[in-house]
Amino acid sequence: MKIPRCKGAKDLTSQEMNRFRHTENVFRSCCSSWGYGEIRTPTLEYLHLFTSAGTLSPEMLGRVYSFLDWDGWSGERVVLRPDGTIPAARLYVENIPDKPLARLYYVENMFSFEGTGEQSRERWQCGVELIGGAEPDGDAELIMLALEIMGKLGISPVNLELSHMGFLKALAHDLGLGGEESFQNLKQILTNDTALDTLKKPQEVKRFLKMLSDLKGKKAGFLDNLKGMLPEDLSATKPYLDNMVRITGLLDSIEQEYWIGFTPAESFEYYTGMVFRFYSSGRLLGQGGRYDELIPLVGGKDIPASGFALSMDNITPLVKVPEKAKRILLTAESPEAEGSQDIFQVAAQLRRQGYILEMDMGTGSSSAPLEDRWLVTLKETGETPLLQLVDKKTGAERKDITPDELLSHLSSL
Amino acid sequence: MSLKLALPKGDLQSQTAAFLDKAGFAYEHYHESSRSYRPKSETFPGLFTKVFHEKDIAIQVAVGNYDVAICGLDWIKELLTKYQSDAVVKVRDLGYGQRDLYLVTSRFSDLHSVEDVKAREGVVRIVTEYPNLAEAFALKRRLRNFRIMPVWGATDAYPPEHADLSLVAAGSDEELRSKDLIPIARILSSNAWLIANKNSMEQKDISSLLTPFCGTEPVPAAEDEISVSSINTEEKFESSLFSDGTVALALADGHQQSHTSKFLKNAGIKTKGYRDPPPTRRPIVEMDGVSAKIIRPQDMPMQVANGNFDLAITGRDWLRNQLHQFPSSPVEGIIDLGFGWVRIVVAVHNDMPVETTADLKKLLETDKIPGLRIAAEYTNIADKYARDNHLSPYKVIPTWGASEAFLPEDADVLIENTETGRTLAKNNLKIIETLFESTGCLIANSTSLTDPNKSGRMNTLIDKIKQGMSSE
Repeated sequence: MKIPRCKGAKDLTSQEMNRFRHTENVFRSCCSSWGYGEIRTPTLEYLHLFTSAGTLSPEMLGRVYSFLDWDGWSGERVVLRPDGTIPAARLYVENIPDKPLARLYYVENMFSFEGTGEQSRERWQCGVELIGGAEPDGDAELIMLALEIMGKLGISPVNLELSHMGFLKALAHDLGLGGEESFQNLKQILTNDTALDTLKKPQEVKRFLKMLSDLKGKKAGFLDNLKGMLPEDLSATKPYLDNMVRITGLLDSIEQEYWIGFTPAESFEYYTGMVFRFYSSGRLLGQGGRYDELIPLVGGKDIPASGFALSMDNITPLVKVPEKAKRILLTAESPEAEGSQDIFQVAAQLRRQGYILEMDMGTGSSSAPLEDRWLVTLKETGETPLLQLVDKKTGAERKDITPDELLSHLSSL
Repeated sequence: MSLKLALPKGDLQSQTAAFLDKAGFAYEHYHESSRSYRPKSETFPGLFTKVFHEKDIAIQVAVGNYDVAICGLDWIKELLTKYQSDAVVKVRDLGYGQRDLYLVTSRFSDLHSVEDVKAREGVVRIVTEYPNLAEAFALKRRLRNFRIMPVWGATDAYPPEHADLSLVAAGSDEELRSKDLIPIARILSSNAWLIANKNSMEQKDISSLLTPFCGTEPVPAAEDEISVSSINTEEKFESSLFSDGTVALALADGHQQSHTSKFLKNAGIKTKGYRDPPPTRRPIVEMDGVSAKIIRPQDMPMQVANGNFDLAITGRDWLRNQLHQFPSSPVEGIIDLGFGWVRIVVAVHNDMPVETTADLKKLLETDKIPGLRIAAEYTNIADKYARDNHLSPYKVIPTWGASEAFLPEDADVLIENTETGRTLAKNNLKIIETLFESTGCLIANSTSLTDPNKSGRMNTLIDKIKQGMSSE
């Protein structure tokens, strides 16, 4: 009986894993060269780590995989990690709470229920957390690092969108959208003209909100323009615009392109400052931002922090994996040659020279036929085995050559 | 094409029977005192009707076992809040069976409002028969640290000592206040609803079944979305009646109550309010430093393991069910009390060509059935039975009573307790294996047994019970 994989789960084939591992390797290498150290947090965490932080939306918490563990008689629920940042913050507080600066990165899987089963319920992320890094330098570093990673992965162009959660929270407060649904209500106002029209606020406030939803700034000057038109009723937002001007000014100075949009980010309510998202071909590749209140919320000291996570699911299909060593399929003409000492010696000799060599086990095919460059057949065993070489790319053949001649020929190509 | 209708037993049964009568269904064996699980409608002879515990109905419709059903909105929401399926179509509010879901505290609690609950430092424990709705409330109100304690019943017994809040169904505020409970929020207003399976609506002609309902008097729709409306209360809150160091004893309600009461009497342990009126969840045990509450025997092993109670009189079956799920639970069986003897058995329908568990395995191996559906109140025992016997693939279908009704249409195997086997036989079922025997059992929290503040009084109580055993 054929047993299918779980609904919402995903297999990764060898080819997909090649892209996955390449992405990981580039990510690890870039993070290491910027001074970041790898961490790994457990797949299981207590549910209350995520509820006590008060920073994931009820919708997101309503989709976590939670259950009672084998020792769950107290009713304490555990979850399959739905997010990487909160466990990383816990790890910092639990293991290195006195470090004034911590640069951490991880490659981890996150779990979240998705009803249709069409999207994966297990998502892999490459995440980076900079704890202790103040703005604007910290934010700029993270943006530059993320862009470097995607550049080295050959993804181009990458569009950078900037927003500011502190600004949006102050805006919601100034508009009187308090309470648990404030963020959803603000999103409605900034994305839906009817909701904006029915807002009971002075016209100048509505005009300002309309500009926020319609205009996409591309330089720090855009933010200065907004400050110049800021209605008195929304004055609490000004410090956040000032903050954004500092960061965008830094990006302008290094000629980094971006656009500024003010749509509240989904689900992640732990952000307090600048929020950034990376897109390519309309696909969200990753996002991050500043979350200065998170470390105290999970029991640590008052220390600024920010981070980002790249979505492996969205990035790997765009990644170009550089060509690896050439592949050779080795076969034998006769059953006697198949199990002979000669065939193993030839195989070892070729592998030593850096070729990826696969033996066909009498099947006449390899596990990656499209990737094989050459087919080598052991024709005769004996003191000097004789081989046949076929170049699968060109169709060219060399018959009755010794192993040394084969190597010499391959190295000349 | 035969149509299938699921109807509720329990609280909604008599009103549903009256409603169906008015709608012209003419059921002969669907009324409060009826014990038939498959009543027949004289008006709709081709209609297959089955009676379920209300908790089971929405899931039966969602998985497509029934085309149409009647069920309280609270149980529909309890399912759909967690499992957001569009397979259940809410057809109409039937206008009867009104009950509200309230979040309540005890009169003796220091939590007087939802704001107090939110401001609470430490864990907020919510006991309920509606765990999914309770979790939705906790998430919606962004409680920082909460634990949901699902129970089989007697939710009103827990606050304030053994839970901070209870999410309960009640007909009115007054009903709750009469039990020393103070409502602080209304989560849902529920009526009986007519529901249908989405595929049945889209692909079958079920109009003959729907029309009689639509022909009845239209009623105003009850609120059908979950909302949290705080209730201002000026109720006077008093300090707790329980103190630290008290040995907490759990006594069973339901059919085990008479056995337990008689046993305690024989052991010379006097109680007040356990069997004699007025009804209370807090009977008096005439022993210094021992307080008792009446809760469901099914819930006792978990409640003893989590330290809410130090001792409890339950059944060996429920202890075993707990230990299969949580093997390292700090709860242990102290004495088998000899009363309430039952066998825990595996039963199948008489038409199923199997006589043993090995036959069941063979049936699966030869693909004669696609998988095994095992209905059980003892879900962990059922799970272990299937695992140990390599019965693959299998699904355990949790039931809340009337489990024998599931076979043969909605389950293949039943794990159930039986004393004489007569109920099983009456339902055309045969026993293919006895898993174990169970009697009433005194269980204890292992940590409390070594607690110097409690162990003396616990051992005195245990000794008295042992003496009761020898005098039997």
